[in-house]
Amino acid sequence: MSSGAPAVAAAGVGKVFVGDSSVEALQGIDLTIQQNDFIALIGPSGCGKSTLLRLVGDLLAPTSGSLAVNGKTPNEARLAREYGMVFQKATLLEWRTVLKNIELPLEVMDFDKEEREPRAREMLDLVQLSDFGDSYPWQLSGGMQQRVAIARALAFKPSILLMDEPFGALDEMTRERMQLELLEIWDRTDTTVIFVTHSIPEAVFLATHVVVMSPRPGRITDVIDVDLPRPRGFETRESPRFYEKLTEVREALRRAEPEPDRQ
Amino acid sequence: MVEAIEETGGEPTRTLWSRIRTVVWFLAIVGLMAILYEAYKAMWEATDGTIPLLGIDWLVRGNDITMPHTWSIIDSLFEEVQRGRNEILLVDLLKASLFTLREALAGFVIGASFGFGLGVLFVRFPLAERSFMPYVVASQTVPILAIAPIVVIWGRRFGVSQWMAVAIIAAYLTFFPVVINTLRGLRSPQATATELMRSYGASHREVLVKLQIPAAVPYIFTALKVSATASVIGAIIGELPAGFPDGLGRKLLVFSQRFASGPEKLYGTVLVASAAGFLFVSLVGAVERRLIPGTRRVAS
Amino acid sequence: MTDPSHDSAVLTAFEDDLPLGGTKRTRRRQLIGRYLPAAIAFVSVLVVWELFVELANVKSFILPAPSEITAAFFEEFSTIWSAGWTTLREAVGGLFIGLFLAIFVSFSIVRWTWLEEGVMPVAIAIGTIPIVAMAPIMNAWFSITSLLSKMAVVALVIFFPVMINTVRGLNEVSAEEVELMRSFAAPGRDLLLRVRVPNALPYFFSALKVASALSMIAAVVAEYFGGRQDALGPYILQKAGLLRFAEAWAGIGVASILGIAVYSAVVLLERAVMPWHVSLRVAAGE
Repeated sequence: MSSGAPAVAAAGVGKVFVGDSSVEALQGIDLTIQQNDFIALIGPSGCGKSTLLRLVGDLLAPTSGSLAVNGKTPNEARLAREYGMVFQKATLLEWRTVLKNIELPLEVMDFDKEEREPRAREMLDLVQLSDFGDSYPWQLSGGMQQRVAIARALAFKPSILLMDEPFGALDEMTRERMQLELLEIWDRTDTTVIFVTHSIPEAVFLATHVVVMSPRPGRITDVIDVDLPRPRGFETRESPRFYEKLTEVREALRRAEPEPDRQ
Repeated sequence: MVEAIEETGGEPTRTLWSRIRTVVWFLAIVGLMAILYEAYKAMWEATDGTIPLLGIDWLVRGNDITMPHTWSIIDSLFEEVQRGRNEILLVDLLKASLFTLREALAGFVIGASFGFGLGVLFVRFPLAERSFMPYVVASQTVPILAIAPIVVIWGRRFGVSQWMAVAIIAAYLTFFPVVINTLRGLRSPQATATELMRSYGASHREVLVKLQIPAAVPYIFTALKVSATASVIGAIIGELPAGFPDGLGRKLLVFSQRFASGPEKLYGTVLVASAAGFLFVSLVGAVERRLIPGTRRVAS
Repeated sequence: MTDPSHDSAVLTAFEDDLPLGGTKRTRRRQLIGRYLPAAIAFVSVLVVWELFVELANVKSFILPAPSEITAAFFEEFSTIWSAGWTTLREAVGGLFIGLFLAIFVSFSIVRWTWLEEGVMPVAIAIGTIPIVAMAPIMNAWFSITSLLSKMAVVALVIFFPVMINTVRGLNEVSAEEVELMRSFAAPGRDLLLRVRVPNALPYFFSALKVASALSMIAAVVAEYFGGRQDALGPYILQKAGLLRFAEAWAGIGVASILGIAVYSAVVLLERAVMPWHVSLRVAAGE
């Protein structure tokens, strides 16, 4: 399944934020992510998972170590439009219709005019919002807006999808449905996904590997393979193996932070 | 979105350094404007008043009558206002400013008190708000600045002194923003805060005094700064119709009529009038800074 | 001039908590319900005023009745409208000039961010001074009888609030929007055009609405400092000086009506340019 360079190769990556007091957000990150992996980054607040995501996405620069994305530097990868991002806030432009929002990256990246709409519609179908192309963002629910954000991130067919707690603002039921849909999309599009989350069930349900991080300074303490069978569905959440994996991750988190109550 | 013009959030405390930088920038820009002014004059003179190649005149004449040199303007401030009167222009203008500012201040205080009172009333008695708010809003559709001279003339005819008429105008201009912002400010605390107070058995008055009024203060000051400018403008306009020679409005008219014989005086008056307006607002700002710690100020 | 925050408060007083939504019929009914009390208040004030003058036998030079004002208006019709036309041109001309300058400066500030630190405090400081005091100087620069001298005053008055608010709007991009465009490797120009400008439009139009309401008043007040007599300012002053208050009020009335006309034109323009925004407010009931 994986061929060529790994999606992400991080060696000794560190990030220090200078300010009134320096904060070492990340230290000594060694991580290899293969193509088509689904990686969940999980850990308590301040463990640097969002920072790591942004380093991969070239929205921040590492202060030490080496970081390669698809065999290139993050900057080269970004300029080559190799990844898409989805944030917790959908950040749809309120003055554009849903379809036009999805076309935004295509416009910026100078795709041919004739190509834009068909691609956007293809993405719309992928996230099952085919009838909402002409609606405005405020007419959609939170879950639907996130689906549009995902469609937009995939519109230019990036090889890596970076997601920073995209379902964090949604209610539990919508969340679970969105997780299912995300897996279907992932299955159909051959992307590598790096997914930051606070939620243990979410991480275990979605990922091929769960990367456990701990704070002060941010570092990786564990990488847990999640070998639950695919395709995963509602039954998966109720299987005993699932609970075993949940416990495994939970204990890894507890090891990472001995007294999680003291926050 | 319509509220975009109004407050947008708290302003962080300004360090001394950033204040100094603002002052420096300010002086730099004023200096730059003076330089551009003189440069325009020099260019006008050099090209003899006509744009080269196009043959048409420059839009604004750069001669010493229309555009006196900046230094002559400054000089004139220190010359005698009139032959024989032993008073320099600057002092004369400062007296006029005080006159105008007093009118403005009187109106400002009256209008602000009235506005604040009305705001408190409306919050306490929603019925009052529903009944009278339309009138309050409608009152502002009357262009008071445009009718200021009428009010003054009318007042003079009926024994209302110019001073009082102008103060009424200033009060009129002040009270509306104060009412609106008082309402907004009094209502700004979250519902949970009010519920908390009620759970302590606090009376309406205690909620008002302990929670709502302190919350409203930043909003009220935003309105006050706006009203301060409006009051000064209202005072100046109100002074325009013929009457006493005191006051900035009158000075502006007089020096504008006598422009040909002494343009510097008009420019000097404009400078002093601008400074007066700025000073008034700064005073309000200074009071605000005293009353409210930095982080709570609401940017205007 | 009254700072736009003052006048925008008038606008928000009308537009706040507008619980519109639903079908066109319900919306129309709600609109009527919203403005009806104000309309009734207005009419009742007129009626009370008229009755008071009649019953108390108030003389015209103390307080003219609405009927007298209307009569004076029709008598002086051509004079007033001719004067109004002059003032209107000054107001609109000044609006255009001021807008053009404000947009130019706003874009410059956003493009060269180092300008902002210096220019904004100055702009805010200038907003505190009685700009209208510049009227005599504008008269000197641009010939007292020209329309341009008054347009210059109007332009000065509206320039600052429009510029300050446009800059605010252009700068109000959220960190996420910046990150989003960066993740697309979008060049700076794209960020400006696709995100900043549409973002700034609501702020710009808010300021523009207030500016349009101010423009007529600014023109009239500028005229109080002297100029051609065939304009509303001198007309009003002259009639008031003669104690002919009915005619003076008629002049004021025309100024108000023209001001409302300019404002309405801007509202229509706003609807045309920002269809998403208006319906956003309407449906979301913001």
